[in-house]
Amino acid sequence: MTTARAAAIVLAKELRLEFRTRELLNLTVVFSLIVVVLFSYTFEPTAAESRRYGPGLLWIAFLFAGSLMLHPSFARERLNDTLDALRMAPVSSFAILLGKMLANLIFLSLSEVVLVPVFAVLYNISLAGVVGRLIIVLILGTSGVVITGTVFSVISAHARMRELLLPLLLLPILAPLLIAAVEATALLLAEQPVLDPTWVAFLAGFDIVFLTASWLLCDFLVEE
Amino acid sequence: MSARGTSTPSGHQPVGISFDRVEKRFGSLLALRKVSLDIRSGEFVALLGPNGAGKSTLLRIAALLMNPSSGKVEFTGAALGEVGGGADDKAPLFSAKRRIGMVGHSILLYDELSAAENLTFFAKLYGLDDIGARVANALEACGLGPRARGLVRTFSRGMRQRLSIARALLHEPRLLLLDEPAAGLDRQGLAWMGSTLARLRDDGCTVIMSTHARNESLDLATRAVSLVTGQIAHDSGSDGDPRPLLAALRGEA
Repeated sequence: MTTARAAAIVLAKELRLEFRTRELLNLTVVFSLIVVVLFSYTFEPTAAESRRYGPGLLWIAFLFAGSLMLHPSFARERLNDTLDALRMAPVSSFAILLGKMLANLIFLSLSEVVLVPVFAVLYNISLAGVVGRLIIVLILGTSGVVITGTVFSVISAHARMRELLLPLLLLPILAPLLIAAVEATALLLAEQPVLDPTWVAFLAGFDIVFLTASWLLCDFLVEE
Repeated sequence: MSARGTSTPSGHQPVGISFDRVEKRFGSLLALRKVSLDIRSGEFVALLGPNGAGKSTLLRIAALLMNPSSGKVEFTGAALGEVGGGADDKAPLFSAKRRIGMVGHSILLYDELSAAENLTFFAKLYGLDDIGARVANALEACGLGPRARGLVRTFSRGMRQRLSIARALLHEPRLLLLDEPAAGLDRQGLAWMGSTLARLRDDGCTVIMSTHARNESLDLATRAVSLVTGQIAHDSGSDGDPRPLLAALRGEA
């Protein structure tokens, strides 16, 4: 069986589980909305102020929501030891990781679909004319959060204090990605919007490096 | 770990397993101490011993879920063809995995999926064909046909255990590893498990079943091995009589 086929099977299972329980989606959407709404009270959201602080707040909300969402990704495979069942199946460890990554990408993207319009309204920012370019930045940035977060979710799932360990491991690693995503978003929300190829290339490079690393290390990661 | 075999690969050819001075260490705890055990294909081995004797660790190593700290584990028999051939160096590993089934301490099933969804998911992961009919047959066989659409979290302990056994048998393994499989089963469930294991034994499937307590399926054993503090204390041997060891277990029960 190909890795893509096995990953698709794992992805379908993840989607079925999540859309049945909605544990992750509800939690993440509500949490990120609270962050964005609370921050909107801390300063006067004029267009100029929002352009200054908005992109950082938006990505902080995504990052916190991501670290909250990604923890259960492998931790819930501990219930009934289903990770053992996955590891016994004749599929590559990378297929298991990839299936989980794709599922997390879909879940976090769905949260962003809810969050970004709310952010635009609360912070007086017009997204007209930049939606397509913003989607490129969001997909690249979110992929980086998800790829790295899923890998660290496997590592932390085996550890004690795993709920605390994931953000502790994840947030420092994601600092370069956060800077690039915030800068790219800020340039898009400026009065003269521009999609900076340097930041886009940085985001894409980050995704490729961590996806390659997870492919190389997947057997060690998924092993007990 | 390695696999050796020379004949044409076939899903229905038997698999044996050989442990050579296998040790497993967890920090300062030595769970297995130089365990050497050669299990021929087609044997039904009762793995006996008290809690903490190392039975589950040995089974997890056999299931490829854990690597030994030292020593060697080899799968034997013709079922593991393609060894050393092909561009994909994982082919022998996947070939072995396709032939191993395990019932563990936990049920290895998703609570929020139905019985049929669980079996379908694992059938797809094993690349099985005719999945609908296969799943339906497995559910009927374990008596869960009428509850096929029921979520596993709504099942009783016995129903979950029966479904767990059905999952382990779905891909028709030739090496079946059972870790306390009778846990939670009622009389009906025990009878079903006994008849299923008898059929598998007659079919040439190699079975290793661990238990620290007596159950009727032990009567099917062709060999008994007892582990104490990570070492083999007694072994009736491939051609020996397992009944004295099993009788001793009954005496303790």
